[in-house]
Amino acid sequence: MRASDAISMPHTAQRAEPAIHGTPPWSERAAEVLLAACGLVTVLTTLGILSVLAVESFGFLRQVGLFALLFDTQWTPLFSDKHFGIWPLLAGTLLTSLIAIVVALPLGLLSAIFMSELADARWRKLLKPALELLAGVPTIVYGYFALVVVTPALQAIIPGLSGFNALGAGIVMGIMVTPMIASLAEDALYAVPRNLREAAYALGAGQVPTIARVVVPAALGGIAASVILALSRAVGETMIVAIAAGQEPHLTLDPRVPIETMTAYIVQVSMGDTPAGTLEYRTIFVVGSALFLMTLCMNVLSYRLARRFQGNR
Amino acid sequence: MTAPGQRSRTPERVFYALALLAVVLPLLTLAGLLYGVLQNGAERLSWDFLTSYPSRKPLLAGILPGLVGSFLLMVLTALIALPLGVGAAIHLEEYGKRSRWSRFIELNIANLAGVPSIVYGLLGLGLFVRTLHLGRSLLAGACTLSLLVLPMVVMVSREALRTVPHHLREASYALGATRWATVRQIVLPMAYPGILTGAILALSRAIGETAPLVVVGALTYITFVPDGLDAPFTALPIQIFNWVSRPQRGFVINAAAAIVVLLLTMLVLNGAAIYLRNRLQRKSS
Repeated sequence: MRASDAISMPHTAQRAEPAIHGTPPWSERAAEVLLAACGLVTVLTTLGILSVLAVESFGFLRQVGLFALLFDTQWTPLFSDKHFGIWPLLAGTLLTSLIAIVVALPLGLLSAIFMSELADARWRKLLKPALELLAGVPTIVYGYFALVVVTPALQAIIPGLSGFNALGAGIVMGIMVTPMIASLAEDALYAVPRNLREAAYALGAGQVPTIARVVVPAALGGIAASVILALSRAVGETMIVAIAAGQEPHLTLDPRVPIETMTAYIVQVSMGDTPAGTLEYRTIFVVGSALFLMTLCMNVLSYRLARRFQGNR
Repeated sequence: MTAPGQRSRTPERVFYALALLAVVLPLLTLAGLLYGVLQNGAERLSWDFLTSYPSRKPLLAGILPGLVGSFLLMVLTALIALPLGVGAAIHLEEYGKRSRWSRFIELNIANLAGVPSIVYGLLGLGLFVRTLHLGRSLLAGACTLSLLVLPMVVMVSREALRTVPHHLREASYALGATRWATVRQIVLPMAYPGILTGAILALSRAIGETAPLVVVGALTYITFVPDGLDAPFTALPIQIFNWVSRPQRGFVINAAAAIVVLLLTMLVLNGAAIYLRNRLQRKSS
């Protein structure tokens, strides 16, 4: 939905209500209660996520402590010499996500400019669903691409690139989140008032300077929102990195070596047979909590930015 | 709107070409990758591949348990998530009255839509598998997927309900109909094509999901078809994950063939959604 659609929505305050004479039939009450219960399920889902993550994480923190989690530089819960420093996993997640954004930002933003400013309606009608197709491909398929196609291709160019690495996974993840940036940034560009462009043209600016110095700056809030949302998606993305980035938590920003992301660690433990209640079992909930908090902050920030930007129009 | 044409057009042409390239490049990449997967997988695609159980020998292995598992998961997810999602959407759109509680639910759903799918897997593991003692079963997997697609079902259903013109509701009220009768007999039938289309798209997303099922405990090597809600299960994406992770070339080819099956299934579902929408829309207008 475009942002401008919101304006034409009917105002609910003026809606008519059914006239009720006497007590409504029991079916009316039952329907209302049942429908409210459906709404309640969504709230219970959030509560469920929070409590499952909190309970197991507290169990972990009581055994290991926050200090070890934050001030150790190794993550080896599955070895006999156990270390619980979350930084190697965080580094892996940030590295792959940043590579994804480096790929997706130019592609997504230029696509958005193309669809909003340069292309005529016919092109846009064709390209928008085509880009959405990219977002609809299951991530397991992208994981296959990263491991079987992209990494061998990169190995031909970059000597010393490991079979599992952050680079291939990050690039493929970038292609995956490109449509997200393209779509949201296009909404933001499209919402820039037309008279700003016309004023720039009236001052003698050409189309490219107008886009670069007037339209894009005016849409910067929405563009930033789209990038943060894409980053959040990349941080939470699991299968691509689980397949192609490796299972070796290293505190490194070298994109050529195997690493392990937070999500890939959760998959690694889940694939093994870890009994409930053990420390190893609890570690995946701790990592999950960190993941949940990170993505939540980014989603809220993105939402706020997008909203503030819309309010300024 | 045309820019003034006094100066050279070259920078604009270059920029246009660059922007066009940015749109086309990801699409071409995807097309190339899909072609590669089809080429790799084609040699393994056969009736035997669809109807065999996994095997230690790649040439004998098939995807039957994964196919059946994915199909059952999809049916169960539809049975759980659709009533809940459509119900919540009706609650918000038709009964909400812009109350504080409705706003809270709306915000909550927007947040849930952004939660990574693997976190839903942890929810499923902690809630359905452990606390409710469903075990690593088909039902636990379906419940987890249902909660995962619920925000999407609610959002598309609300969109569909919003397209029903308000004067139809008012006409119904004027005839003395109650709110529920209006919803059931006027609003829902009109919103039906939109809801159905959205629901199929949500389910098509659900069958591509891998991470939450891995965490909930789908098995990777299974030589039977699930025979009940409490049976262990696998799914097509899980089978692909298992094969991709193996070093032997034969299994990678199997993975490519299974990917072709998965993508074809999704294509059929999406095609069905578009077909149904067009057909039902024409009928109702």
